[in-house]
Amino acid sequence: MSRLIADIRGLSVHFGEHLIVDGIDFSIQENEILALVGESGCGKSTVALSLLRLLPDKGCTVAGKVLLGGRDILTVPENELNDLRGSAVSIIFQDPSTALNPVWSIGSQIVETLRRHRNISAKAARRQAIDLLDLVAIPDPHRRIDDFPHQFSGGMRQRVMIAMAISCNPRLLVADEPTTALDVTTQAQVLELLDKLRRDLSMSILLITHDLSLVADWADRVVVMYGGQICESAPTRSLFSAPFHPYTQCLLASIPPLSGGPTHRTGRLFEGPSAGVVTASAAGCRYAARCDRAEASCLSAKPAIFSVGAGSHLAACPVVKPSVSLAATVI
Amino acid sequence: MKFSSLRRGLVMSGRVLLSIPFRALPTLLAAIVVSFLLLRLIPGDAVDVMASQVALSNESDIAKWRHDLGLDRSIGEQLLDYIVNLARLDFGYSHIYNMPVASLIGERLPSTCLLAGTAFVVAIILGILAGVISGYAKGGALDQLTSAVLLLLYSVPAFWTGLLLIEVFAVWLNWLPLGGSQSLGLDLSGAARIGDRLRHLVLPAVTLALFYIAVDARLVRASMLEVQNQDYIRTAIAKGLDRHTIVWKHMLRNALLPLTAVAGNRIGAMLGGAVTIETVFNWPGMGRLAFEAVLKRDFTVLTAILVLSAFFVIAANIIVDLIQVWIDPRIEH
Ligand SMILES: Nc1ncnc2c1ncn2[C@@H]1O[C@H](COP(=O)(O)OP(=O)(O)O)[C@@H](O)[C@H]1O
Ligand SMILES: [Mg+2]
Repeated sequence: MSRLIADIRGLSVHFGEHLIVDGIDFSIQENEILALVGESGCGKSTVALSLLRLLPDKGCTVAGKVLLGGRDILTVPENELNDLRGSAVSIIFQDPSTALNPVWSIGSQIVETLRRHRNISAKAARRQAIDLLDLVAIPDPHRRIDDFPHQFSGGMRQRVMIAMAISCNPRLLVADEPTTALDVTTQAQVLELLDKLRRDLSMSILLITHDLSLVADWADRVVVMYGGQICESAPTRSLFSAPFHPYTQCLLASIPPLSGGPTHRTGRLFEGPSAGVVTASAAGCRYAARCDRAEASCLSAKPAIFSVGAGSHLAACPVVKPSVSLAATVI
Repeated sequence: MKFSSLRRGLVMSGRVLLSIPFRALPTLLAAIVVSFLLLRLIPGDAVDVMASQVALSNESDIAKWRHDLGLDRSIGEQLLDYIVNLARLDFGYSHIYNMPVASLIGERLPSTCLLAGTAFVVAIILGILAGVISGYAKGGALDQLTSAVLLLLYSVPAFWTGLLLIEVFAVWLNWLPLGGSQSLGLDLSGAARIGDRLRHLVLPAVTLALFYIAVDARLVRASMLEVQNQDYIRTAIAKGLDRHTIVWKHMLRNALLPLTAVAGNRIGAMLGGAVTIETVFNWPGMGRLAFEAVLKRDFTVLTAILVLSAFFVIAANIIVDLIQVWIDPRIEH
């Protein structure tokens, strides 16, 4: 059985009155790529930021637990938190053109990360930074290390971000739509790189995306989110071959043949404003309003999550709950 | 400093310096022409002034005088002469002070440079500090206090602040001298002399600086608050960096960019401000000389001061370009 790297328990996030993430549970195993999918505005980035406690203090309340190496990120003292950030857990963002500081060389930004968490000399850190750039396939790293972010293309910048994020061997890398801002070919290269790195460095990746074709190609397991709730969670194969939740079924139905390679682009989720803003007072299943199989009970109570098949296939929909289902389980 | 960024800095600085003949010199020439012509447009010339002072009314004497000074030639000829002389650092002769303008200014210029230079540096340093502090603790008690003080400094006129400071520190507390640039009648040397000069410098420099501290601090605070929300700051936090590194390394360098642009244009305003400050503090600098020259209608001196001020403003802009090239790697000319 593989080891548990991160365990997210009852994570809820309010922005003011709005309940953006509604008590979600999931866990990340050692060395796996876990995809978190859902349409724009469903709360994926909010979850990503919670994992490093990066949400703003003001106007934002976070509840639940984010357990990493036995410690709860949400409650550790500030100095311990900073020891974990960048070292036990790292994050890369959607837009590599704004995520790097424009007035410092990429080398200095990697070196400072290394020196923050490792007790090494500036010289050794610089050598290591060159090795890291080499590892993420930046050509001519000796020369490029002193260049500034604006001197790199979008794909190269994302590689630099990755080099910085993995510099201190984190156990978990959170990748929030890491390829959305990139063109299709670059997208595949970056994902290939991430896949290779997680093998070589035995690291887990939480791959956040709204692009189902990426999920099919790269993820080991998938968590599907809608309106701040988890609808379904399953090993990738199991999810694509036997989706249970009406929302997942609807998503998969919108993708033509699944055999598309990494360049397959049709699996985008439909985007709409309806998924995001949900008031705290709304009870029940968020998807009920759009679901053609919704029953009265769907609107009154938040659906519990059930084990619906072999392995660890779980879904949160009482309507499609198979009669053979096991008792309600916690993931 | 890594080799390639050093090389880039040198190359860019070289480009800035090479652009001087094409950008700075024409501007300076235009400033000279305008200063010269403006003051000639005012009715009455130096001879009229001197004639009234010595109660001379004989028309032919006046005409001869004018001829001797070259004032009877066409304005174009006079301008050309003036420019040619300037190229040799000859600013003309003041018949009112009875000495070459160059040596008259040479006496006063160091004092003004000392005053304005000190004020400039003090304003930048304290402005950045105050801006960072109030940006650090946005909305907190410290920020509100700083903001209130800054607003006050921003809105009171310099002569008033100057008089208030004199009243408090020179008259009541008797800590600092009332005015002037050194104690007269004392034959000081070495450290005592420097100390005496510094004591005289404090009040006028602080007075001149106060307004600009407020300007800089408000600017730095605003840009710190803006920079705070940038994605790369979130990245820096996510790397586990401590707050000091984030504020002083990642935020400040970005927040300084708007300040460099503003600070360069300040030299002209500071020289203007020096007129008031030097008058209030009896500081023997160019500002007071300008004030006296206006009263005495000494156009030769006034033109020279205008030309010099233009020179300083242009030089400051070149320095700002150089600084920006070093702070912001994205600048490509
Ligand atoms: N700082 C914020 N203040 C208020 N609402 C926010 C803030 N950030 C995100 N939201 C809201 O939270 C919801 C989820 O946003 P996000 O997590 O970015 O979604 P996703 O990454 O899935 O597109 C959106 O409806 C968005 O409007
Ligand atoms: Mg997002």
